[in-house]
Amino acid sequence: MLGKTANGLFWMSRYLERAENTARLIETGQRIALTRLGSGEEEWIPVLQSAGSLDGFHDAYETPGQEAAVDWMLRGRDNPSSIMACIASARQNARLVRTAITGEVWEAVNATYMMARELLARKVSERDLPAVLAAIRQNTALVRGMIHGTMLRNDIYDFLRIGTFLERADNTARILDVKYYVLLPSVSAIGSSIDNVQWESILRSVSARGGFRMEYGSEGGPQEIAHFLIFDKRMPRSLAFCVGKIKDNLRYLNASQPKPSQSQKLVTHLETAYLSHGIDQVFEYGLHEFIEKMLELLGDLAGQIQLDYRFYE
Amino acid sequence: MENQKIFDEMWGTEDSLREPYRKFQTWFDSEDPARLRKKQRDAEELFRLTGITFNVYGKAEAEERLIPFDIVPRIISGSEWFRLSRGIEQRVRAINAFLHDIYHKQEIVKAGRIPKEMISQNEAFLPHMIGVEPPGGVYTHIVGIDLVRTGPGEFFVLEDNARTPSGVSYMLENRETMLQMFPELFSQNRVQPVSNYPTDLRRSLAACAPPACEGKPVVAVLTPGIYNSAYFEHAFLADKMGVELVEGHDLRVVDGRVAMRTTRGYRPIDVLYRRVDDEYLDPLNFNPDSALGVPGIMDVYRAGGITIANAPGTGISDDKAIYSYMPEIVEFYTGERPLLQNVQTWRCSEPDALAYVLDNLEELVVKEVHGSGGYGMLIGPTATKKDLAAFRRKLKARPGNYIAQPTLALSTVPIFSRAGLSPRHVDLRPFVLCSPGKVDITPGGLTRVALKKGSLVVNSSQGGGTKDTWVLED
Repeated sequence: MLGKTANGLFWMSRYLERAENTARLIETGQRIALTRLGSGEEEWIPVLQSAGSLDGFHDAYETPGQEAAVDWMLRGRDNPSSIMACIASARQNARLVRTAITGEVWEAVNATYMMARELLARKVSERDLPAVLAAIRQNTALVRGMIHGTMLRNDIYDFLRIGTFLERADNTARILDVKYYVLLPSVSAIGSSIDNVQWESILRSVSARGGFRMEYGSEGGPQEIAHFLIFDKRMPRSLAFCVGKIKDNLRYLNASQPKPSQSQKLVTHLETAYLSHGIDQVFEYGLHEFIEKMLELLGDLAGQIQLDYRFYE
Repeated sequence: MENQKIFDEMWGTEDSLREPYRKFQTWFDSEDPARLRKKQRDAEELFRLTGITFNVYGKAEAEERLIPFDIVPRIISGSEWFRLSRGIEQRVRAINAFLHDIYHKQEIVKAGRIPKEMISQNEAFLPHMIGVEPPGGVYTHIVGIDLVRTGPGEFFVLEDNARTPSGVSYMLENRETMLQMFPELFSQNRVQPVSNYPTDLRRSLAACAPPACEGKPVVAVLTPGIYNSAYFEHAFLADKMGVELVEGHDLRVVDGRVAMRTTRGYRPIDVLYRRVDDEYLDPLNFNPDSALGVPGIMDVYRAGGITIANAPGTGISDDKAIYSYMPEIVEFYTGERPLLQNVQTWRCSEPDALAYVLDNLEELVVKEVHGSGGYGMLIGPTATKKDLAAFRRKLKARPGNYIAQPTLALSTVPIFSRAGLSPRHVDLRPFVLCSPGKVDITPGGLTRVALKKGSLVVNSSQGGGTKDTWVLED
């Protein structure tokens, strides 16, 4: 495979994952705003931060309230992480790797793009927002389904998966990074409705409410939420799950080689040094420091994969 | 031209249904126009979804556009095609022999059949190719011959596209779309398939592997990139052939071979189907500013390290000034009378011809010798006074830059319009593959149609559309 193609596959799936995650973050933000428990405007700042969309936001709108925040994340012209920009970049990368993906995958990506262009051509009203976000999530899920159902399990598939899980791990880590203080034991006044909303918003933004309930019933508090999102290997958006998948796919890629690749070494280090302990140790280490370290290591890993597989000259 | 009756390929000149269209006509009459209109929209949706678009140059928004597709097929009988394909084969063989000759002994010049300066002063003549033996002896691996028709048996060659002809993806996708929308038409009519083209193309390219090739030839398609107007086609062909689609920055010369950067290091390429013009192919040997090519590829080529398809320097054979010598060229190399006719051509470099062209400008079509795509041409009968005056000035200033041809009464084929079937002018570009000793012609080709009533310009960049082209089994 061409290095350029590996790069295109990696970014195609990263951008799709990012678009989907941003849709989920907007949903969560909207939900909090509607409960009126969050305090409105400033409630959107952490959402923008989690979506990696805070840069440039304040310059782009005169009144940076909820409407502006939603518009910026959906289709902000100068926001490279807006859903529209992510989907357009995913499609651009899909065109670049058109020969590596199946016709079905290409058509699903193209259909997603055509849908987004139409739905996001104008400002989306509050009334239409749920349907628009649902359509975006449905379409990105369709692409994932097509990848799953039509692609050969070879190096092409591995690069798609690595892109997906790196982005997803990064997204979960960013949500934790922005909201870590809510999960600190010292801050939580147990049972206060504000905290409940905050915790729920974290679970909601990684589609984990149902899973969490199944696991902990109504017992779980911040400690359990942190554990669930960081260590639970059954939870498909937890750091441990995503890193495990990256590790698997890096191993498949390197199967024919006698020695582990540099990126394999990095991911193994990440897993053994940071994801093989209990949540107590994380709080001892400092939740914030731990998440910062995660984000740093995930960034290093992405950089190493680019080098190992010659994404660029 | 007004007193000439225009030949319609469905209805002839006397309004009587021609045989190849008989079954189609019966089908069409029994169809509900509303259903057909819906199908026409479905077709468009299908094209948009599969991404069969082209980028329009010079548009601010760099928009991707669809080439309009018309659902009425252009139908050619088996016997018509047989005659046509023999003529095409003869012409393509002559072009290859001509290219070999002018880059070697130049016997055609010595024999006085072509003036020396037509070669030596021609911008499309590539001195780097002198004495070079292309692998397998093939210069034009892929040719698209543009044909027009004026009567039942009257086909003329308008242009020989021997550089990097495009449009073959439309030929294939138009057929796919028709099969999907109107399967019943294909059980009623026995239409010769076109779908083997990508397989034939790959085989034909692999058959021209260079001396340095070891084992199974590695083929790749070289594209200028995602912003090129024909990027879709480049990706389409690479995909259908199952080969890599590469850009200049994926390639470099490694150990005397052109190699592509893979996730496992550099891997040599044997045959490069390039969709990049000669000028941009090699910044070391040609345009030093080109970022689209591979520095040093010409040196590898000359040393037998890679096959470039089409070979560099083939442009001289589809040059519009050389075009006017094609009948001589065919006779000189094949020893036969040309089976396909040329359109009468005035070379404005010749004073008598120039005088005639200036006197009759409003009846002629004037083209730039090196132009293509319908840009920079004048269609006398429909031109404004201002256009005519402007072209008079251009002709006087640089006569050698132009040729002129009569305005042909191009045949029409109906399109499906609001009013039902309406005749529109068409041309035809069959695609030809050359491998050592062999010429393969896909039955059919790309039919381009001028969608505007009365218009003779079929180019997609100028508002033309396309049709599926059927060759029937007789």
